[in-house]
Amino acid sequence: MNDTTREAPILEAVGIRKSFGPLEVLKGIDLTLARGEVVALIGPSGSGKSTFIRCLNMLETPTDGLIRFREKPIGKEFRDRADTIGIGTLRRHVGMVFQHFNLFPHMTALQNVVEGPITVAKKPRAEAEAHARDLLGRVGLSEKCDTYPAHLSGGQKQRVAIARALAMEPEVLLLDEVTSALDPELVGEVLNVIRSLGEAGMTMAIVTHEMAFAADVAHRVLFFDQGVVAEQGTPDEIIAHPRSDRLRGFLARFHQ
Amino acid sequence: MTYQWDFHVVGQYLDLFVWGVVYTVLYTLGSIVIGVALGALVCAARLSSWMAFRGTARLFQELFRCTPLLVQLLWVYYALPLLLGTSIDNRAAALLTLSCYVGAFYAEIFRSGIVSIDRGQREAALALGMSRGQSMRRIVLPQAIKRMLPSFINQSVIQFKNTSLISVISVADLAYMASVVNGQTYRPLESYTVMALFYIAMLLPLTQAADYVEKRLRASD
Repeated sequence: MNDTTREAPILEAVGIRKSFGPLEVLKGIDLTLARGEVVALIGPSGSGKSTFIRCLNMLETPTDGLIRFREKPIGKEFRDRADTIGIGTLRRHVGMVFQHFNLFPHMTALQNVVEGPITVAKKPRAEAEAHARDLLGRVGLSEKCDTYPAHLSGGQKQRVAIARALAMEPEVLLLDEVTSALDPELVGEVLNVIRSLGEAGMTMAIVTHEMAFAADVAHRVLFFDQGVVAEQGTPDEIIAHPRSDRLRGFLARFHQ
Repeated sequence: MTYQWDFHVVGQYLDLFVWGVVYTVLYTLGSIVIGVALGALVCAARLSSWMAFRGTARLFQELFRCTPLLVQLLWVYYALPLLLGTSIDNRAAALLTLSCYVGAFYAEIFRSGIVSIDRGQREAALALGMSRGQSMRRIVLPQAIKRMLPSFINQSVIQFKNTSLISVISVADLAYMASVVNGQTYRPLESYTVMALFYIAMLLPLTQAADYVEKRLRASD
């Protein structure tokens, strides 16, 4: 199922800790993402999985620990090292999709998608727009190019947000509870897009509450509990055959 | 009581009123332009991560927001020169004070407009690889400016009226000219009524425009 792990890792987190004031949310998390690998992060709310995925592109600055992209360390403290790369470079190559979409409301769907390539990657507009139309077509929104986010359904918004992230041609995609804000009947259309990305070989870290989906698309599942990775393994090991009581109790809530 | 209105006498001084209008408009526009620049600067300082910047900006804002404009004008024109050991031209004092006063209010309008934009907007921009400057210019400001516009226009209309206070330090604006005409004609009712009509003629279109802009913005949300 996953024969890519022997390759050099593309994105790594080593001993990530994060505190908000006196509250330690992450207590030393390690994660290695190989090219083409899909990792699902599951766990109760407040367990730190969203904070952790936001550390992976430095939207949260870890209190301690290290993020490496293409084996190069990131962060201010490595500024004097020759092999360090900037946070901007990391984010250019690591896309993110958010729970609440965060589409730019003053721009049409197409403008949302071309914004990164034009402003950040300095692509020519014509080229960026052609690529954006292609991407919006792939997520099934060809006819919504000129529509503003306010006139899109939640599922459509999230698919535009995925196209926006893909427009930067990221090497890794971070998905932070991307279906949690959607009406149940709209979840499927978004999950289908993500599933096809996984099948096309996109490297992804996915924070999700959709257990069946996680079991289906992920090569590896990490169970977060109280700021640590309490259990990890294949979907079969974690979701079908959980060992700890905490994990069993957590999963039981999904089989009503 | 019957009063014999006589606008004819006052009408002879129409050129003075017109000059007054010119001065009022110039001081209003001048102080708005300088005030916007100052307000942007103070707003940037308020949002800075440096405490010294934030503190200084806050101090400036509270100083000018918590004293009446009249008090500021008197202080800058009569008191400040004693500290500096040199006199200040009354027109310079008027422009400086008006600009600082409106700048302090603009800074707050700008700041609250920017912080009202959902944090996720900035995060989405940063996640695409934008710099902080790019995310501000491309994503946050276009949305924030739309939100600031009604308060900004409102504050500017108030500024137009506030300009009349510079007459107390003998700057020849519309209010000052009206009192000059009154001094010449002994016709306060006519002099000050004409003055009021000039203000209404200038401000009514502005308040109507403000209402229109506000309605348009609300419709586009």
